[in-house]
Amino acid sequence: MIEARGLSKRFQDKKRGEIRAVDNVSFTCQPGKIYGLLGANGAGKTTTLRMLATILEPTDGTAIVCGHDVIEQPEKVRANVGFLSTATALYPRLTAQELVEYFGRLNGLDEATLKKRVDSIFNRLDMNGFRDRRCDKLSTGMKQKTSIARTLVHDPPVMIFDEPTNGLDVMTARTITAFIHECRNNGKTVIFSTHIMSEVEKLCDTIGIIQSGKLLSEGTLAQLRDQHHEQDLEDIFVKVVAPHYAPAEVN
Amino acid sequence: MSARNIGIVYRKELTEALRDRRTLITMFVLPLIIFPLLSVGFGAMIAVLIGKAKEESPKVMVIGGEDSPNVLAGLKKVPKIQIVPLESNWKEQVVNKQIPVVVEIPEGFERNLANQKEQTVLIHDYEGELKSETAKNKVEKYFNEYRDSVVKDRLAARSLPVSILKPFAIKPHNVASPEKSGGALFFGGFIAYVVVFLCLNGGMHPAMDLTAGEKERGTMETILSSPISRSHLVLGKFLLVLTTALTTAALSVISMGISFAIANSLNTKPIQAGEADTTLHIGVGAALSVFIMAVPLAVLFSSVLITISTFAKSYKEAQSYIMPLIFIVIIPAIAAMLPGVELTPKLALVPILNVSLLCKELVIGTYHWNYIAIIFASTCVYAAAALFLAIKMFQRESVLFRS
Repeated sequence: MIEARGLSKRFQDKKRGEIRAVDNVSFTCQPGKIYGLLGANGAGKTTTLRMLATILEPTDGTAIVCGHDVIEQPEKVRANVGFLSTATALYPRLTAQELVEYFGRLNGLDEATLKKRVDSIFNRLDMNGFRDRRCDKLSTGMKQKTSIARTLVHDPPVMIFDEPTNGLDVMTARTITAFIHECRNNGKTVIFSTHIMSEVEKLCDTIGIIQSGKLLSEGTLAQLRDQHHEQDLEDIFVKVVAPHYAPAEVN
Repeated sequence: MSARNIGIVYRKELTEALRDRRTLITMFVLPLIIFPLLSVGFGAMIAVLIGKAKEESPKVMVIGGEDSPNVLAGLKKVPKIQIVPLESNWKEQVVNKQIPVVVEIPEGFERNLANQKEQTVLIHDYEGELKSETAKNKVEKYFNEYRDSVVKDRLAARSLPVSILKPFAIKPHNVASPEKSGGALFFGGFIAYVVVFLCLNGGMHPAMDLTAGEKERGTMETILSSPISRSHLVLGKFLLVLTTALTTAALSVISMGISFAIANSLNTKPIQAGEADTTLHIGVGAALSVFIMAVPLAVLFSSVLITISTFAKSYKEAQSYIMPLIFIVIIPAIAAMLPGVELTPKLALVPILNVSLLCKELVIGTYHWNYIAIIFASTCVYAAAALFLAIKMFQRESVLFRS
């Protein structure tokens, strides 16, 4: 369960002054459901998700993740969250197994539990072929599997995906979307961000459209179609975002 | 729980570091190869060159002297020089290093001696050139002895004792033990410099790789999403940087000790007695005390390195920030090597310079306990402040996510 309550993040930029990357955003994600944050580049998706994962601290508002406040108990929040993005790389000089074990230990697993967990994940994701291969020698697909294994090692009830398929080829991207589905079926709370309409249509139970740091519209696909009198998600998105749209970087 | 987390991070960073060629090179290869090369290789080479120059019979040309057969005959008998016929372009030959020296004996030298007229023997040489200097010394020595014998004869002729020219003798007597004087003084400073420099050098690559490098590779976001707190994370990283810095320093001291011991045993043969006081060695006690003093310094270096490279966005950017730091560290370390720079209560508070000066004393076996206490304590204070700064730096979002 994730509850964002008036989540806000302001940055100071030398040239442009104060920037409201996320501006008073509130929403709720339920267990066993997928919440999709849809937005253009620079809309505030990554900042929102980073605040939920306690990588960044909100300047205003807060969020409750699995009953823990992101500001008060960031370490407890992180212990309940699996965070995956295309930016979350792997340590090149560790083997796939060492990497997954490292994150298991950081999550407080004892050696016996860790071994059992690692074995079961490696079997399930069919990773035994490259268990002892260093991460810098893995193919993109193998890296994605290792990243997934890393987020799963402590079996977190909440999964946060930040543009997880960005820059991946179709086959690798499918591994990820299949994994997101599986997370939902296992009763996890899932939130993910993307700018790809088809992914949202296929995966999401609830869609939030975000632009300029503001959550502009929210609902199931059916609800959004109703509200905005459009069938196609892309048309809905453009209709919602257009009045607020300013290119992210104006130089 | 916290010690466990720091330990987990440390162990993982150690695993990675031991698989990183660059870390291994700075940590093991550099100290274990540079010192043997510097001391044994270089020292042996110098010894061989000096020995060779001394063994060789340099050629000597003589101008004049036809009317002074005794002097000429004596010169020909000087061991290990070779009189060759004079050639008209002798000056050119000296300049071109084809011939080391040319002796010019004034006309009517022996006749003038008998008449007690003042005169000068010229030795044309190439100043600073090793072979020329050796030949010059041999020729000069011969003429000095010849002059002395003339003086002796003159005194004898007047029935005067030799002591009339030498009413008393002057002789310097070194009361400092040989291992604390002469070349050892400079040697101590050199070791201090090497330890300080390698301490910094050893920590440099891991510090940049573990902070700026992680940002660049994208693993920073991965690790920040794990439950470990940022202060534990940076402490684990700090311990790894400290380990490499200290390993580099320790290995260099050990390697230096062994190399100089080997160099000494090689050098004793070609270098003749009287010059053998250049024997340089580090005792186990001295090595140990230098290492102990290096610990707080390594903490200081590791913390500063982490602070600076945490700020950088990429490994390259970190390198350009660290560059000036190298100079800031090297200048006091070199200053400590200069003769005449000694410990004073004020200098004992100047970071890096104080440790360098102290190490210089420690290497030659002098223990100023009050300075040791002040310097150890002050370096610990600087180190603690730097470590605190590193931890604070690592917790700032604006630094970790600088773009």
